[in-house]
Amino acid sequence: MELIINGTPRRVNSEADTPLLWVIRDELGLTGTKYGCGAAQCGACTVLVDGQPTRSCVTPVESVAGLPVTTIEAIGEDPVGRRVVEAWVAAQVPQCGYCQSGQVMAATALLKQTPRPTEEDIAAAMTNLCRCGTYNAIAAATRQAAQG
Amino acid sequence: MDAITPPALVEALALRDALPADRPLNLSRRGLLGASLGALVLGVALRGAPARAQAAAAGGAAKPGTRVPAFLEIRPDGAILLRSPFVEGGQGVSTAMAQIVGEELDADPARFVVECAPPGADYMVVNGRRLTGGSFSVRSSYATMRQLGASARRMLLQAAATRLGVPLDSLSTEPGRVVHAGSGRTLDYGALAAEAAALPVPDGAPLRAEADFRYIGKPVARLDAREKSTGKAVYAIDLAVEGMLQAAVQHAPRLGCEPGAIANEAAVKAMPGVHSIHRLPGAVAVVADRWWRARRAAETLEVAWSEPAADARNVMPADFSSDGMRAALAAASGPGNTAETVGDAATALKGAARTVEASYDAPYLAHGQLEPPSAIARWNADGTLDLWLPNQAPEMFQRVAAQVAGIAPEKVNIHSPMLGGFFGRHFLYDAASPFPQAIQLAKAVGRPVKLIWSREEEFLRDALRPMGLARFRAGIGADGLPVALEAEAVGEGPIGRWFGTKPGAADPSAVEGISGKPYAIPNRQVAHVPLRNPAVIGFWRSVGHSMNDFFYEAFFDEMADAAGQDPYALRLRLLAEKPRHKALLEAVGALSGGWKRGPYEAADGTRRARGVAMASPFGSEVATIAEVSLKEGEVVVHDVWVAIDPGRIVNPAIIEAQVNSAVALGLSSALLEEVVYADGAPQARNFDGYPILPPDRMPRVHVRIVESGAPMGGIGEPGLPGVPPAVVNAVAALTGQRIRSLPLSKTRLGAA
Repeated sequence: MELIINGTPRRVNSEADTPLLWVIRDELGLTGTKYGCGAAQCGACTVLVDGQPTRSCVTPVESVAGLPVTTIEAIGEDPVGRRVVEAWVAAQVPQCGYCQSGQVMAATALLKQTPRPTEEDIAAAMTNLCRCGTYNAIAAATRQAAQG
Repeated sequence: MDAITPPALVEALALRDALPADRPLNLSRRGLLGASLGALVLGVALRGAPARAQAAAAGGAAKPGTRVPAFLEIRPDGAILLRSPFVEGGQGVSTAMAQIVGEELDADPARFVVECAPPGADYMVVNGRRLTGGSFSVRSSYATMRQLGASARRMLLQAAATRLGVPLDSLSTEPGRVVHAGSGRTLDYGALAAEAAALPVPDGAPLRAEADFRYIGKPVARLDAREKSTGKAVYAIDLAVEGMLQAAVQHAPRLGCEPGAIANEAAVKAMPGVHSIHRLPGAVAVVADRWWRARRAAETLEVAWSEPAADARNVMPADFSSDGMRAALAAASGPGNTAETVGDAATALKGAARTVEASYDAPYLAHGQLEPPSAIARWNADGTLDLWLPNQAPEMFQRVAAQVAGIAPEKVNIHSPMLGGFFGRHFLYDAASPFPQAIQLAKAVGRPVKLIWSREEEFLRDALRPMGLARFRAGIGADGLPVALEAEAVGEGPIGRWFGTKPGAADPSAVEGISGKPYAIPNRQVAHVPLRNPAVIGFWRSVGHSMNDFFYEAFFDEMADAAGQDPYALRLRLLAEKPRHKALLEAVGALSGGWKRGPYEAADGTRRARGVAMASPFGSEVATIAEVSLKEGEVVVHDVWVAIDPGRIVNPAIIEAQVNSAVALGLSSALLEEVVYADGAPQARNFDGYPILPPDRMPRVHVRIVESGAPMGGIGEPGLPGVPPAVVNAVAALTGQRIRSLPLSKTRLGAA
């Protein structure tokens, strides 16, 4: 089956029901997307599928065949993504950092769809878990990226 | 700390199904991917510290923390590699080390690349040991690492003096280079590193005056913020080595059970990508070409688990439940082992005008670090073993890994990648780490093996924050002041479990936060009533303080209520002779806009109240105020104000971040978290059944750092213990409901 990962067609041979996360990480070697729970609870595995933030740990790979998939590795190729990253660095968001790939992807998806989000928009979109509790910094950086 | 010493592990392992590695692999052939310095080719090193520093360092007789080349390499472009004694897991210790060393070396911390050092005597800088924990890293190594930086600077100056043919005292430094003011000549550190490397490490190199600090005490940016914001940070779970297979396990439902017949072994072996199936102590494993294939096969195995042998260690009883454990704690009677005696509490209680009694408890907790545990094991042709694994104590893991592998410790190379959270998770606990399994699987298949525990297997084998219970009895005098306090902490602490305590002595990790409180109560008796947990217990951020300060500080408010006193005012009064604590309590009061208990109506129309708590964890002092309201029977925490006095500081921005983090985890434990056991098994195996604090329940956090000048205290943990009692005290002020058992989610709050 053929995937479109970060703009590049990639042929993969994983079973059709393999979660997209493990195709990305194991078969394609893109380890920026993280495994946290495997049950769509934490959001560490968030990628964009056709622009939509998607928890790749429960997304069968066959369901995204032919659709554009964007991972954190391509975040710098997107102007909104670059802005989010700069806001993340400026706000010194990460602590352990393990959830932050997913957080950055979620924020990027939000700002691409809603360039000027309200507080409610941010709260509704930024639902990924962070065990280090960087939530206030995440919200501040998301606001900053929206203004930047 | 012989936590993992299964004597029969090798024998018990069924070395079967060692199929030839004949399946096509689609793994990278580039060898180790993503090693922390994979892209940084170190051209010139100060005396060329060996890549395998563990072997060299082990033989060194130098005092730990003094042998400059074991720690520092400077390359021609001025980038500085620091081998840190500590592992970075979010707490910011790598940045702090770069600040401390950079201050004295005279080098910008931003030029540092910091990695966790391999095992070796050079790195035993924590009172002759080495661990990352106890909020101990910076405070234990501060003087050592400053002197190390100063020694390195002195060596560079000496090399420059020789090169330029000028007296050393005619030279100075500015960040990254040596300056000869007389001639205007400068030499970059990178250009001097080779010559400096040939010099002996000087004694007594002068330290920079504190008044001239440019990095220490400043909010220097974290070194890892960008790589962690772009997915480039590499954790153990992200690593790959050439030729490796991947493995997943299915653990026995209870510790002590062993795998018997597998009903569908042949069918599982035929599943895609499966290389082999293995019986391990307390688990079955599948090795495959990719992890998902291994995981799917492992969870498909239909295993008959034997009941534990009569002489098995560490058995989880089939009838164990957390409810039963709570009842056992409540039934365990004192007097226990004395932890603190001041005056004569028993007599003073008899003479008190009135007495107050209460019993508090707190549940088992999971660490819930977001990176699931993993390990890569690679046996090398020369009989050595390489291990990549999350850990907080490389030498301890090296020793136990050597026992498991049946080789000498110096033949085990430990690699300690950045941690995706830890909170105490990655010390050595029984059956709680994947590396012994990875070692055996790699041996069995004759290839490197990467083993990842699924989140479900992690919830089954995490070492839990112990359940605890405390009984209090206080006497109030005729003047409305407490005259006596008796407390019994019932249960077990991780210090006692893993390091042992003297017979008859209290386990400090079971009583900390109940003993050692600063209040002027003239008669006090604190004891530890030991009761072993059938569950494997471990260190969890702030350890005993994580529950004991809740018990004590909530009971303190009950004393205040009984005495008809405001809880903030009573604390101030009982701290009148403790200027450090009193100042801190006043600081948090001021930070919150002045103490008010409530209830009161907020601007948004909600009815709110506040609670206060003090804690003295890990050498720091903390005062906390929380403001709460209720919404549909659940508590809403709006703001948390924290004043923290760590004595002296290295990075105020990281302190503020760590306090935010500790508030989040403390609040998570107060509101939501509880590992429930029934029939010997944890009822939650993922975050759906074990909720942790989500973003919409995070309060605003306001931090004031007070530098009292006291000896440096810890930072990573101290912000936590005050949060549960401050919240619970606020709830009591708001509703009149005194919550004595966490988490709050068990109780519907407000008018029923």
